[in-house]
This record gives sequence, structure tokens and C-alpha cells, in this order.
Amino acid sequence: MDKNARPLSLSGHVGFDSLPHQLVNKSTCQGFCFNILCIGETGIGKSTLMDTLFNTNFENFESSHFEPKVKLRAQTYDLQESNVRLKLTIVNTVGFGDQMNKQESYQHVVDYIDTQFESYLQEELKIKRSLHNYHDSRIHACLYFIAPSGHSLKSLDLVTMKKLDSKVNIIPVIAKADTISKSELHKFKIKIMSELVSNGVQIYQFPTDDETVSKINTAMNGILPFAVVGSSEEVKIGNKMVKARQYPWGVVQVENENHCDFVKLREMLICVNMEDLREQTHTRHYELYRRCKLEEMGFTDTNPESKPVSLQETYEAKRHEFLGDLQRREEEMRQMFVQRVKEKETELKEAERELQGKFEQLKRLHSEEKSKLDEKRRSLEDEINTFSKKKAATELLQGQSFNTNANLKKDKDRKK
Amino acid sequence: MTTNIRYKSRIPIKSDETTEEKQYVGFATLPNQVHRKSVKKGFDFTLMVAGESGMGKSTLVNSLFLTDLYKDRKLLNSEERINQTVEIIKHTVDIEEKGVKLKLTIVDTPGFGDAVNNNECWKPITDYIDQQFEQYFRDESGLNRKNIQDNRVHCCLYFIPPFGHGLRPVDVEFMKALHEKVNVVPLIAKADCLTPNEIKKLKDRVREEIERFGIKVYQFPECDSDEDEEFKQLDKELKECCPLAVIGSNTVVETRGQRVRGRLYPWGIVEVENQSHCDFVKLRNMLIRSHMHDLKDVTCDVHYENYRAQCIQDMTSKLTQDNRMESPIPILPLSTPDVETDRLIKMKDEELARMQEMLNKMQQQIHDGKDQ
Repeated sequence: MDKNARPLSLSGHVGFDSLPHQLVNKSTCQGFCFNILCIGETGIGKSTLMDTLFNTNFENFESSHFEPKVKLRAQTYDLQESNVRLKLTIVNTVGFGDQMNKQESYQHVVDYIDTQFESYLQEELKIKRSLHNYHDSRIHACLYFIAPSGHSLKSLDLVTMKKLDSKVNIIPVIAKADTISKSELHKFKIKIMSELVSNGVQIYQFPTDDETVSKINTAMNGILPFAVVGSSEEVKIGNKMVKARQYPWGVVQVENENHCDFVKLREMLICVNMEDLREQTHTRHYELYRRCKLEEMGFTDTNPESKPVSLQETYEAKRHEFLGDLQRREEEMRQMFVQRVKEKETELKEAERELQGKFEQLKRLHSEEKSKLDEKRRSLEDEINTFSKKKAATELLQGQSFNTNANLKKDKDRKK
Repeated sequence: MTTNIRYKSRIPIKSDETTEEKQYVGFATLPNQVHRKSVKKGFDFTLMVAGESGMGKSTLVNSLFLTDLYKDRKLLNSEERINQTVEIIKHTVDIEEKGVKLKLTIVDTPGFGDAVNNNECWKPITDYIDQQFEQYFRDESGLNRKNIQDNRVHCCLYFIPPFGHGLRPVDVEFMKALHEKVNVVPLIAKADCLTPNEIKKLKDRVREEIERFGIKVYQFPECDSDEDEEFKQLDKELKECCPLAVIGSNTVVETRGQRVRGRLYPWGIVEVENQSHCDFVKLRNMLIRSHMHDLKDVTCDVHYENYRAQCIQDMTSKLTQDNRMESPIPILPLSTPDVETDRLIKMKDEELARMQEMLNKMQQQIHDGKDQ
């Protein structure tokens, strides 16, 4: 209680006890919004359970087991019960647990959740904002579907839940629970909870501070994780049609508390704690995200001298720092550029000189060769000349001797 | 239930007519002799079970052979399984029934598919199978072949989870890695989570996917035309039921005045041996009562022969590469030191070739220079 305000007793009825009613009326008019994320292997029964929980038939596609990456598919529906309107968004994982290498699987889910937080944060930080009209897409509850192996959690489950427990309210459920007998179920639940505790995974605890619901919530906290069975088919039991699964050996009734914990899940998730889930998301998970994000950007609540610093000052300081940083970088880049240009210039000059040298050398070689060739040609021509002279001389001689012979022959002939 | 002895020995009644006496030789008793000898020798069978943790493999094996093979088993926690590698664990038991002895070896593969990164998680399993083949190959090629131990895996039961819509990538990869080394029999595990319609849908899906991905699972051999009608009918039913949807149980429950193996639920009791509840009986008949020997034969005649042919081919191609004489006796692949010398020899050869080339080039240049 505030020290400056002293309690005063009233002497008559004022009427402000209707405040809760006004609040309720207002929120009923506005409508409520709730977002559920279902994480689980393909075919484990996520869509069927949603259908069963909300007693309707959402459009569901059967996914293939061969998706290369984990994806998330979100669908929004408008539901109405009595005069209460609910905008329900169901987000399902697609291809979770199917890949050979599942090391990246959790990252896609974490990214999705962070994206929703981010868009809310952006809206909050806007100058002109309309938060009450904003469609809140932050995940309020995460149902994690555990495969009913009967032994313990899978390694993928542990890794994923560890990454998600600080971002979203995790409610683990055992899917397809009609394959585990009662005694096995008891051991299985104990094993799962002990593994979660020993690995420090914080799942959502139903709140026990409000007296009206603390008793039932405490009891339910001990029954976690809920072993559920979903069914969209109906079977006639007695003279009623109930949601059930028909086997050759018996009929599993979804709403029979002896058969599975479906009724408990519905009560806890929807009837009793829906509002608390929303509140926890906003006050705990979202605040944590916001704090981390702003601290990353460099904002603090108190400066190094432990004096409170306003957002404005921090923002200005950050901007200044950023601009200075920018200028410095520009300077650096410019200098580096100048240096590179200089280097390139010297390189090119070097190359030019080398080429020049080579050119000179080649020219020299060429002229040498040429002069050699000229010499050779000259000597060849000399030889030719001498040869032709010799030839002429021999021909002359030959001609002369031929003439002499011819004369001699003539003489001989004449003599005869 | 058809008996094990399906052949009938035909010892004709001795008649007074001499013609019939002349026709009777007596080798119609051969089947009896085979039977006697085999009972004396005893049988062995190696069964491998593979699948993710929690699929009910151990429970099924216990139900099949009506023993408790996994008394002191320690299961890992999920944080220990994040980086788990696959181990191979063998359990061997000697069981006897009506004078027939069976040495049964169950090869368990804990850790398969449990880690977060399951790339190539079947490698230890294929290595194990190859090792057994290699061991048998060595023994077969040895000098003293009196007591060869046959540790080859005769059958591999693969457990497909019933929680999905069909086969998953890890199932497809595993079966494709193993279908040419061992007889793969796919089973749908924990079938008590599926209604009859769902079972039918899943079986059709799985059959279609097996065909689409080209996985060669174990095929039941065709019946001979002279088998009796009952047997042919059973065989036909068996083929239509693949993959078999099974449920196992370690506990005995009381139902309809009888004590049977089953699972007790608040809504009813599942009987393991009830044919309308699951295909356990069909699996047991197939595996133990009718097709055990066929599984062994296919392993010997098909998978082992493939391995052997491949092995010998690799070895002879290696021998011709090294230019050594082909030896009549298959020499087993030599260990690493020779691989080293091979490599060195190859390197030297290449160097020589290079130098020869350079020499030629220089000669050519001189020759050209001379011409100029």
C-alpha cells in the first residue's frame, strides 16, 4: 500500500465495485486473441488434437515426410462461443523431426517466435502507434507433442525445449497416448519430468497464487505432461455419440478421464488459464526479449556513473557514436583506395619498363639477324658472279675448241 | 496348423506281386535321413533388429522367442543420446524344442536414429554385416574348413514407427543401404495405436513408397504348385499383409478365461496372438515356422554370393593393375604397406615418363636448330 495514501472507510455505496464488470464488458466487446504453437513430428496428431480441442474442423493438409527444412504454417480463425469472440491462430510445424540432420530444426521455430516479438516491439516503438488495434501474433502457448515411445524424451525434444523455454510457455503433451498402458504411462511421465528438471528446462507451471484456482492448478501441475488422444470421428456408446477411436479390442473415449487426460488439458488450457498464459507471455517472455534486444542495441537504464539515463540521451549518444564510426570507416576506405592506386601505378610502370627493354632486345636481335643475312646474300651473290664468269669463260673456251675442231675437221675433209 | 514335415515318405506296402518289389529302390527315405542328420547337427539363425528407440524391438523379440533376452538393459537418457553413435550388441541363446536345437543370435542396434544428426547412422550396421561376410569368406577359403561358424546376418527386422504417414527419410536411407546385403523385413511397430482402417492405409502407403524408392525387401518365394491348398492360402494372405503390423508384450493378462500375452488398457485388452488384433502370429509363422530356412538360403545364395563376387572382382582388378601373376587361390586384399609401395612405384613411373618427354623435346629442338 502506498505510504502517502491512508485507507479510508466509506459510509455508503459508491459504485466502483462495478469496475471489473466494466473491464469485462470492454474486453468482451473488443474480442480476445489467442495464439497456439504446436510442435511435433509429422503425423503425431497435432491437427487432430486442435480439431478435438476446439470442437471444429480446421482445414488440415497432410504433410509429407520429405520436407528438406522445418517450416511453420500459421492459420487464423474467428470463433464465437456465447457472446465471446475469439481470434484464434494455430501455428503448426511442418516437417519437424523428419530430416536426417536435425541440428537446425529448433532454429526455425525460435526465429518464428522472435519475429512475432519483434513486430510487437516495432509497433510499441513507433511514434504513431495503435496498440489496441494491433493484432497480437505473439505465441501465448506452445504445445510440445512427445512421441509415445514409453522410454524417455527424444534427443531432439530435449534440445528444442531447452531453446524454447525462455521464449514461450511450453506445455508438453504425450501424443497418441492410447498406445501406452497405465503403468507404463506413469513411469513415462516420471521419466520425462525428471529429464526436464535435470536439464533445467522451465515448462509452464499453472499459477497457484490465486486461491480460486490454486487447488486445481497444483493438482494439474503434478499430472503434467498430459497424455492425450484426439479424434474427429464419433462412435456410439450407450445412446450417445462421443468422440472416440474404435479398435477391435475396445473403444477409446476421448472425453473419458479414465482413458486419457484430454479433458484436463482442455480445462487447463482453455477454461482456466488462457488469460494467464497471455499475461505470462506479455510480462515475462516478451519483456525478456525486449530487454535483450534493447541491450544489444546498447541501451541501458543507468549510465556508468549509476545515474538514470533516459532513452533520448542514450539514443543521441548512440547516433553520435554511429556517425563517428561511419566517418572513420570512410576515411579508412579512402586511404586504402589511394594506396592501392599507387601500388598499381608502380606495378604498371615496372611492367612498361620491362616491355620496353624486351622490345629493344628483340630489335637488336632482329637487326643482327638481318645483317647476317645480308652478308650471306652478298657472299652468295659473289659466288654466283664468279660462277657465271667461270661459266662464260668455259663456254667461250668450249666454243673456241669446237670451232678449232670444226676447222680441223673441215681441213681433214678437204684433204681427203 | 500345417506341420513342419510337409513331405510324405512313400514306403509302399510290400505286395506279393514281384513287379512292385522290383520298382522299390528305397531312396524315398532320403528326406528322413536329412531330417535326422539336421536334428543331430542343430541349426543356427542370426536375426538383426533395427529401428528407433522405443519402437518395441526388445519386447517383440522376447515375445517371438518366449524368453527374456534383455534382463539387465540400461537405457540412455535423452541428453546422452544427442550425439549417440550406433552400437552393435549381440545376444546368443541356445534353445531347444522337441529335440531340435537352435542357436539363436540376436543382433541389436541401439542408438540407431536417436541422435540429433543421423547422417550415415547405418554405417556401423553395414560395416558389421560386411565384416561377417568377410569373416565367412576367409573361413571358406581357408585350409581347415571343418568348423566354420556362420555368423552372417540372415534377416533384418526393420521397425517403422506407426505415428507418421508413411516412410521417413531415415527409413528409406537405411533400407536402401541394406537391401542388397541382408534380407530386410519391414514391420509396423506398436500397431495398437492404429485402428484397422488406419493400418490398411498405412500399409498401402508403405508398400507404395517401398516400390517408388526401389527398395528390395525380402520377397516370399512362390509356392510350388503341388503344395496343399491350406498352405497356398496362408502364403497368399501373408504376401498381402506386408508390411506386417505387430504388437509385442512381455506380460501375461487374463482374458475370456485364458491367460495370454497381451497389453492391458482401461478400454480393453490387446491380445498379441489374436489374428484380428495384429499380425504377430503371421510374423512368427513366417520367421520361424515356414521361412527360416528360406531366409538362410537367400542370404547364402544371393547376398553372400554378391559380396563374394564383388570382393573377388576388386581383388583381381587390383592384381592385374600391379602386373603380378594371377594366382589360382584367391589372395585376400593385402594390408597398407603394399599400397604405399604401389603408390611410390606409380610416382616413379610418372617421373620417368616426364623426363623422357623432355628429352624428346630437346632432341627435337636441336634437330630443328641444326636445320636452321
